[in-house]
Amino acid sequence: MKPILKVQNLSKDFIKSLDLVAKGLNRIGQNYKEEVVHAVDDVNFSIFKGEIVGVVGESGCGKSTLGRMVAGILSPSTGSVEFDSSQANNKEIPSALRTQMIFQDPFSSLNPRKRVVDIITEAPIYHKLIPPSEKRAFATEMLQRVGLDPDTLERYPHQFSGGQRQRVGIARALAVSPEFLVCDESIAALDVSIQAQIINLFVDLKDKFDLTYLFISHDIGVIEHISDRVIVMYLGRIVETAPIETFVKQPNHPYTQALLTGVPRLEVGKRQYEPISGEIPSPLSPPTGCHFHPRCKFATARCKAEKPALREIAPAHFSACHLNDEA
Amino acid sequence: MRQALEPILKINNLQTHFFTKAGILKAVDGVSFEIAAGEIVGLVGESGSGKSITGFSVMGLVDAPGKIIDGSINFKGKDLSALSNDQMQNIRGNRIAMIFQDPMMTLNPVLRIETQMIEAIQAHDGSISREDARIRSRDTLGLVGISSPDERLRAYPHQFSGGMRQRVSIAIAMLNRPDLIIADEPTTALDVTIQGQVISEMQKLCRETQTALLWITHDLAVVAGIADRVCVMYAGRIVEQGLVANIIANPMHPYTQGLMGSVPSQNQRGKPLQQIDGMVPSMLNLPVGCAFQNRCNYANEKCSNIQPDITQVADGRQVRCFNIPVGQRL
Repeated sequence: MKPILKVQNLSKDFIKSLDLVAKGLNRIGQNYKEEVVHAVDDVNFSIFKGEIVGVVGESGCGKSTLGRMVAGILSPSTGSVEFDSSQANNKEIPSALRTQMIFQDPFSSLNPRKRVVDIITEAPIYHKLIPPSEKRAFATEMLQRVGLDPDTLERYPHQFSGGQRQRVGIARALAVSPEFLVCDESIAALDVSIQAQIINLFVDLKDKFDLTYLFISHDIGVIEHISDRVIVMYLGRIVETAPIETFVKQPNHPYTQALLTGVPRLEVGKRQYEPISGEIPSPLSPPTGCHFHPRCKFATARCKAEKPALREIAPAHFSACHLNDEA
Repeated sequence: MRQALEPILKINNLQTHFFTKAGILKAVDGVSFEIAAGEIVGLVGESGSGKSITGFSVMGLVDAPGKIIDGSINFKGKDLSALSNDQMQNIRGNRIAMIFQDPMMTLNPVLRIETQMIEAIQAHDGSISREDARIRSRDTLGLVGISSPDERLRAYPHQFSGGMRQRVSIAIAMLNRPDLIIADEPTTALDVTIQGQVISEMQKLCRETQTALLWITHDLAVVAGIADRVCVMYAGRIVEQGLVANIIANPMHPYTQGLMGSVPSQNQRGKPLQQIDGMVPSMLNLPVGCAFQNRCNYANEKCSNIQPDITQVADGRQVRCFNIPVGQRL
């Protein structure tokens, strides 16, 4: 089977160029350098049709940058994101619309001056997917799909609660019949009981419209629940990708193991937390070799010197750790 | 051992209302609970449930149009709600300290950590010298796991990472060896690995110093790991309280059940989450009877007419629901 989305050698660097003073000082012999953040560093993966692939990692690991590049909002510094058009459900939809994004903050991602009916129908009318005369009927159908009352068509975003607003955001994404949704922390801003509603909605929509997801979250509980496969990122690199059962039961990379033990769980009995020591290093000056080595219990001299490659250690299970070479 | 201790904080029928143009908003409506020395109590609820206002009421930080209109907050034999602002000033930051969600907002960005810590000590102890206060600040920073505290004292808040900043605010809360710390969503803004560090630090500190801790959060899973007892709030009232182990093993109130069902866990993979339908009702416009009735699967006619009282249950738990099986009532 061919993957529907293929990401190859994808990187994104953010460069802070020198200001005038630094440039001037460099002329008289000072040595100021441009600061470069490798937000995403040579990332490769593929996603098959109908899969939900979860991306986990802590703040600054590049998961949002990765999502934005996959969605086409950011252009990559190097590498490519390829979408296999031959597997599209609806081949008439322009390729630019095939990937849609659902954002974290349902307050700032909707235009406060537009009515819901216009928010939902703006893109499909612009791309001539529906005639303007049908916009009310179309918006009604979209609202019903995401479980909102069609009476709310004429309302403005501020008249909704957070969970309802997120539903409007989903309806807007679905309005152009996408194949692929990038959800960037889409449920992080919602209350627990509303989170469950939106997660269930995502799963329903996937089955109904044959969608594929890249689901980005820092919440490992949510990722475990919804994903088929998980990508773990640390400081711009993928450290492990694994099918969900393997991720939960036999995580290979020390960072993944540490992440999983750090998750608060609903279990009887007080837990003794065994936290990973140390801070997340600054992405401006990541550690040499394996980025995780300063916080890793098993680190050796080799980890400090050499960047580990992402290798297949079991079918469909990839990990970037030198320890696997010794075993 | 826990039961033998006299409660250090005893809240009884606390009513904090906000008098807004649109009407009276009963943010906290008859909340009662106790905390003993060295005990960790989790106060859990969704946004708008009144959990933070409960914390603010204890600290005396409720501003107009909000007002504590009834009930008592008994702290070591004194009723805090009857104290004047000056008297409260002596207790706040001294005997009771608070940790907020966002450490960037609590720390003054233009003052060194040192200055802020020494100020907090000298505000409550006029006789202590600057040098002694500095030494105590340094030791407290070490206590919360900040390495090379001597140098870090000279730093400004922006030079710390988010997790380190939260440790600094925990250190400031611990400075005067308070009897009670109120922590309002202290780990919500932190990453998972850093959250683990802060939780284990707080657990250790409370055990060692016998400080009571009220941990306010929306995350039941965090409370399950840290607290001894838990109070679940909904629409300004406590709907269930008891030992954390009992509640996690067997939640009785339909809201607690729904809240736990909403948390994804491994054994539910592939199945839809057990969601609570609908949303939290507007606090200005609560229904007659039980506030949870419109989202509850067990609601009957009685629920929509009469406000349920707290019922004592066999395992020392209190539940505010009519539909508790008869065998489990006391």
